[in-house]
Amino acid sequence: MTFALTPERDQELEQILKRYPNRMAALIPVLHLAQDQNGWISEEVVEWASRRLDVPPAHVRGVVTFYTLFNQKPVGKHQVWVCRTLPCALRGAGQLLAHCEKKLGIHAGETTADGKITLRTAECLASCGTAPMMQVDKTYHENLTPEAVDALLDELRR
Amino acid sequence: MLKRTDYLTKTYGKPEGWTLGVYERECHGYQTARRVLSTMKKDDVVNEAKKANIRGRGGAGFPMGVKWSFMRPHPTKPAYLVINADEGEPGTHKDRTIMELNPHSVIEGCMIGCYGIGAHVAYIYVRDELHLSKARLWAAIAEAKAKGYLGARPFGVDYPLDVVVHTGGGAYICGEETSLLNSLEGRRGEPRLKPPFPAQAGAFGCPTTVNNLETIAAVPSAFHMGCEAFSKLSAIHHLNDGGVRLFGVNGHVKNPGVWECAVGLTLRELIYDLGGGVLGDKPLFAIIPGGSSTPVLRADELVHAPDEKSPLHPWHGQSVLDVPLGVDTFRGIGTMLGTCCATVLAEGTCPVAAMHNLMQFYRHESCGQCTPCREGSGWLLRITEKILDGRGTMEELDQLHDIANNIMGNTICAFGEGTAMPALGFLKKFRREFEAYVRGEKKKSTDGRLTVDHHDFVGG
Repeated sequence: MTFALTPERDQELEQILKRYPNRMAALIPVLHLAQDQNGWISEEVVEWASRRLDVPPAHVRGVVTFYTLFNQKPVGKHQVWVCRTLPCALRGAGQLLAHCEKKLGIHAGETTADGKITLRTAECLASCGTAPMMQVDKTYHENLTPEAVDALLDELRR
Repeated sequence: MLKRTDYLTKTYGKPEGWTLGVYERECHGYQTARRVLSTMKKDDVVNEAKKANIRGRGGAGFPMGVKWSFMRPHPTKPAYLVINADEGEPGTHKDRTIMELNPHSVIEGCMIGCYGIGAHVAYIYVRDELHLSKARLWAAIAEAKAKGYLGARPFGVDYPLDVVVHTGGGAYICGEETSLLNSLEGRRGEPRLKPPFPAQAGAFGCPTTVNNLETIAAVPSAFHMGCEAFSKLSAIHHLNDGGVRLFGVNGHVKNPGVWECAVGLTLRELIYDLGGGVLGDKPLFAIIPGGSSTPVLRADELVHAPDEKSPLHPWHGQSVLDVPLGVDTFRGIGTMLGTCCATVLAEGTCPVAAMHNLMQFYRHESCGQCTPCREGSGWLLRITEKILDGRGTMEELDQLHDIANNIMGNTICAFGEGTAMPALGFLKKFRREFEAYVRGEKKKSTDGRLTVDHHDFVGG
């Protein structure tokens, strides 16, 4: 199966290309675009990005494996990132993570059996003043309480 | 000296404060860029900028105007301004507020900066996780373009300007300026050897200035009031540390957050007056003054500066909590100002567990390019973990010092120091706690606490 962007996303790609003096510079934004559609960066996506931006596949793989946010295997429908770094840990990030693990029945790094949620830990998300916090897909949830986390996770599992 | 100001934060809390209308109404929006572009010469902009004494707000504290002055026109290559908004240093949460609540100050700052250094394009590198920040910046750019402020002829002046938001991929190292440039070019975010410095060969091999986001956001205010007057707002203007800046506090305080104040605020004012004091009214134990890479301070530390010529002499014998937060003052007390966002640890916090938490961060974020950092960060984590688990020896405790010292100065970029310095800070200042774990007097299960009793997240 070869990969291709939807026509709308392909138009966005053309816009992205205009921002830079060469095609390679568009690689990271374009990989985000592809991951938004595909959920992860498969070998097909790597080959596609290589052709589309005229960079070697090995270069694309190097970039994909360097950055934390590019998924190298399929993930759940929703991604829950719990910040674990010190300022959050001082305000209960450890307990927050344990709470999520217990409620979802999985460990950090795993996906629920129904494929709905992948739970992960994040390194500092620049939200230290509103700790503890977690990122759900593209949204920050800050100053979390157990009740707020329960409501959030219930909503995601629905 | 506590002096609240609102040059960068006037739009904070205002309805739709991030829009052009509010920025123009409340902050003389774009009037300064208009005046600079229509009436000033490029070199005069740089000379004026130097007078603001804006020390880089990203952590290193390099004077912004001096950095601008390194830019020389290249016969064939364009110049670039690159803005570092890869905010990710644990404990740092200030740039995000500007992007979300006052994005137009960033765009106007970019316009003035570009004009001063001879660039026509500014790239704002925002870490991908900050989706709201990126959206607000893009919206601000669209508004500025619609008004003709950005584009082929800003304010009718023949000096095309464009601002572009670029996104990262989740890597702390990309906050290091040359790693950021590699990432901007679509490469792995591995730092480059210097020289050449970015001013000689930066983005796409062209002369480039990299400024922190808060640094560039302060530029319109500085130029509006006159850069020298802006510098003098600071209590330590005489130490070439000028203006106003954002101060953050997090961790064990009652009221964590970000405030704008004149430079020269003290840690005591930040923690007690702005932060509302320590959680549960516990005694203060330790402070990480400006992001996790800055060596930790004990709450009971005193300034030692008997030499009358030392800039710190006025505070000789006083608590470190009463020293003005400045680039040189904090270097003088053996730590760094960093990003000026302090992490507070209350009495009862375990320093071994705190160091272990930070070493996990550095282990995860080392880019792997240089052996001392790649291997050293792993050893620092593993040995700290052994000690915390009660399996460490005194010999291994000493080894931690050796490993950290072997990272210092032996890596391409400052991440190595950023890993080793906080490790050495914890080891030197809390040696007794580390030894207590080795001797079995303390245990992770009962003593390895990072939270205080009050205000814990109490899920189960």
